[in-house]
Amino acid sequence: MRAVLLIDFGSTYTKLTAVDLDTAQVLATADDFTTASTDVMIGFEKALKELQVKTGDITYEKRLACSSAAGGLQMIACGLVPALTAKAAKLAAFGAGAKVIKTYAYELTKSDVDEIDQKNPDILLLTGGTDGGNREVIEHNARMLATAKSAFPVVYAGNRASVDVCRDILHSDLHPVFTTDNVMPVLNKLNILPAQAVIRKIFLEKIISGKGLSQEKGLIEGIIMPTPAAVLAALTLLSEGTEKQRGIGELVAVDLGGATTDIYSIAKGLPNNASTVLHGLREPYAKRTVEGDIGMRYSAKGIIEAAGIEEVARISGLSETTISEFLARIEEDKSIIPQTEEEIAMDYALAALAVRTGLIRHAGVLEQVYTPVGPAYQQVGKDLTEVSNIIVTGGALIHSPDYQEIVREAVNVPDEQILIPRKAEVTKDKQYILSAMGLLATYHQDTALKILINEFGKDGVYAAS
Amino acid sequence: MEKKSLIIGVIGADVHAVGNQILYFAFREAGYEVINLGVTVSQEEFIEAAIESKADAILVSSLYGHGELDCQGLRDKCNEAGLKDILLYVGGNIVVGKQPFDEVKQRFVNMGFNRVFAPGTSPETTIAALKEDLYGEK
Repeated sequence: MRAVLLIDFGSTYTKLTAVDLDTAQVLATADDFTTASTDVMIGFEKALKELQVKTGDITYEKRLACSSAAGGLQMIACGLVPALTAKAAKLAAFGAGAKVIKTYAYELTKSDVDEIDQKNPDILLLTGGTDGGNREVIEHNARMLATAKSAFPVVYAGNRASVDVCRDILHSDLHPVFTTDNVMPVLNKLNILPAQAVIRKIFLEKIISGKGLSQEKGLIEGIIMPTPAAVLAALTLLSEGTEKQRGIGELVAVDLGGATTDIYSIAKGLPNNASTVLHGLREPYAKRTVEGDIGMRYSAKGIIEAAGIEEVARISGLSETTISEFLARIEEDKSIIPQTEEEIAMDYALAALAVRTGLIRHAGVLEQVYTPVGPAYQQVGKDLTEVSNIIVTGGALIHSPDYQEIVREAVNVPDEQILIPRKAEVTKDKQYILSAMGLLATYHQDTALKILINEFGKDGVYAAS
Repeated sequence: MEKKSLIIGVIGADVHAVGNQILYFAFREAGYEVINLGVTVSQEEFIEAAIESKADAILVSSLYGHGELDCQGLRDKCNEAGLKDILLYVGGNIVVGKQPFDEVKQRFVNMGFNRVFAPGTSPETTIAALKEDLYGEK
């Protein structure tokens, strides 16, 4: 047996997955509370003991870890126009597995810099201007950032013409500058992979040690990526496959948590109709978005604000008063588990509306334009209506027996101009292994794919050719 | 000399794509950096593209007769967005019916367009105008 141990230091749970490379099987999984406030190794050891009970005594040839503990990778994105480079910067940071705590557009002000100091990001992504485009704003922003008192590395991924000027202005011990390709070299064209590679490198070299997460050196090879980046890597592999084995094709994934909701799409999302014109930024093939105001507990209020209390009432069959009362109780006690029929109905409605809101914000929209030659359509963002696989993960959905109905309810949106998936099949990440497989893919891609397809593929359809 | 850059596109709910492609090739051939936004372009898209790519001129096409409605306020929005001196051109079949072009032109000049081109203008005419306005060459 060739065993590998995969570790996910999550914000709440530390999850371990043991894999046998020879048989491409998950041997066992185990979890315990993450103990980031003291020493993460305490929670890790407890989970490991539990795992050993299941697997017996085995030697691991490799230990790989990802982390979203201690706040995860917190980033600030700066761009020029909100719908262009600021959005490109945000998408780049999301794709790198970061939590984007703030996005700025146009010139930074003194109070913006104060706010940045107070937010104290792990990394700041500085963009603005296409290559050869606007220089004034990014150079102004570099000068402003140089006055920041907090220490953070800066990834420069803006107008190529300003790179030297900005590095000279900004580079210091407090703000080391890492330069890379422009996130939007040509108008509306995204180029976010180079920036993501640099972010990941900084995460590895600087941030992990700063968060007290590297004491486990020797035990494991170290934390190689933020958890969402591992999930994105697993989903991309599952969708595309390798040269040897086909993947399952385009997919959408939903990670519904207590505080946030992550949506992933691995899909081209081009218009399905020849008469539809694509507008705005061409979005990434592997796209991740995070809704910081949408979650089952810490952000339950955000769900109701976004979807409307009438909609919660309609789906749950409860009165608005009952909903408000339950919400108040959630605000009191975030660890509340639904017991009564009413509470279960309420949680069902919250989950469906969280998934719906996340999907609607992630997917594109179709706008109808009346022209003298008849109606025409323009599409902004990705068209996911034809994507046939939906994968659900995150505690709230994994532990719900109603996850199929929740997703079906979520995508039941009458407005056809909202381009969310419409008739997809839902599969559950029942063993909670997505992040582990993203890690394994960096070491043994074929095995990771085999396990993923066993878990999420339909029987026989995707057999190796 | 650094290449001057132009934003082109067909404004409003207008889907006439052929002339737009012809202009794209003609302006590129003439040595400009051309950012083509295609058809059904809103005023905001023209402006955002011009900011991000620091364009020297915005060339608006309108072929379906609603140009006057679609173009109103574009200069004001450019000013608001900090594109104070950007060159604005408009051309195509910009109004409905057979109106005297001089009157039409005056209305668009009043809206803040630097140049207004009559239906059937050849790309060469516009290229000559650009040369004069951007490089001061006659």
